[in-house]
Amino acid sequence: MIRVILPTHLWRLANSGREISLAVDGQPTIASVLDVLEREYPMLRGTVRDHVTRQRRAFVRFFICGEDWSNEPLDRPLPEEIISGAEPFRIIGAMAGGSG
Amino acid sequence: MSKVRILVGTRKGGFILTSDEGRKKWSVEGPLFPGWELFHIKGSPADPDRIYAAQSTGWFGQVIQRSDDGGKSWEPVGNEFQYEGDPGTHMDFSGNQHPWEFSRVWYMEPSPHDRDLVYAGVEDAAIFRSSNGGQSWAELPGLREAKGHLWQPGAGGLCLHKIVIDPRNPNRIFTAISAAGVFRTDDGGENWKPATNGLVSRYEIPEEKADVGHCVHNIAMHPSNPDVLFMQKHWDVMRTDNAGEEWTEISGNLPSDFGFPIVVHPHEPETIYVVPIKSDAEHYPPEGKLRVYRSRSGGQEWEALTSGLPQENCYVNILRTAMSVDTFDSAGVYFGTTGGQVYASADSGDHWTSIVRDLPAVLSVEAQVLP
Repeated sequence: MIRVILPTHLWRLANSGREISLAVDGQPTIASVLDVLEREYPMLRGTVRDHVTRQRRAFVRFFICGEDWSNEPLDRPLPEEIISGAEPFRIIGAMAGGSG
Repeated sequence: MSKVRILVGTRKGGFILTSDEGRKKWSVEGPLFPGWELFHIKGSPADPDRIYAAQSTGWFGQVIQRSDDGGKSWEPVGNEFQYEGDPGTHMDFSGNQHPWEFSRVWYMEPSPHDRDLVYAGVEDAAIFRSSNGGQSWAELPGLREAKGHLWQPGAGGLCLHKIVIDPRNPNRIFTAISAAGVFRTDDGGENWKPATNGLVSRYEIPEEKADVGHCVHNIAMHPSNPDVLFMQKHWDVMRTDNAGEEWTEISGNLPSDFGFPIVVHPHEPETIYVVPIKSDAEHYPPEGKLRVYRSRSGGQEWEALTSGLPQENCYVNILRTAMSVDTFDSAGVYFGTTGGQVYASADSGDHWTSIVRDLPAVLSVEAQVLP
């Protein structure tokens, strides 16, 4: 199971708690984790990546094992620490992007 | 005893204010969806406990929430607002063409007759319709064909911020867009035309009487007289007596004809309210005095309503959707400010009190009377 840590706005929207676990088939990638996330939690569709382009929203960041993977190709395979659940896949709201 | 429910959208969440017909003692619930911007929350006239809420943030985009129990519980519904076909481009600030991009929902208008039918006005300006309670949305692209390539953003963005449905004829709908104008359909949204004849925007657009480009801040209609609409334009307060075929200015003796909201009294179709703002450069009341202006003659002649409102050192703004009326016999008028106050009058504006004083900046106010 892949552990995903959601930002406050999104886990409240999903009514899920801060950390969720997702079963991802095959070689997990950023895109395949997001596919499962959106299937299991349809209210999150459009909030992490755009409905149409499927690209990350501008003010969302992905952190993998302490590294910023936000601009990595979405089909880049995730490391073993994420696949084993030793490390979480963190989805974070960027420092920019808020209002007021 | 009947109750009134005030739905308040703010920069940091939604609030629900409730009272009885006396409107003296209020309960305040919220924040709903804390930390999110609530551009608009509005109930269905067909089922007042069906409420739609448009929440968004710069981080995570647009979410639509729906309640079927008067706001006690909420369910996220559809948030995919996809333009029909290739939307092409509109003007940007510099006169160049810019691709149409969805950013948020500004306004939601539930049908007067069907709780599952609801319209949404969005930025970049377009109108969407849902016939399944917000689960899915389809654009009415004919609106953008009304010279959409010439529309350009106002300071708040290229937003469709008001939708008015003719209660006699649900196929007739008006929309207001900044800075494009007012548009009308007579066939349920397939075909639209500008309804701007008579608007003059001197030094604001290249052709001051052009049919598109006017920065309309809000429009309002009384349901008993749907051919008459009132408008607060960027500058100028206007009215039409023929469903937008021709507009005439009714600013009269207002201290400033710049402002954002305009509403009509629930029982007096020729009684209207505006909140004058000093200017386009200074978005606060003239002289630091918060004054609602009421005309009981359909415009031109205006009286200042000040009892209970701050008359010194007041420098808040009242945004376009932040004013509403209830339908009690002694009519209630409500408005919210960018300073977080929500003011109420239970006597058609003669006297005002603040319900709350320290909310986040208020974006929208909608009143509902409940059985």
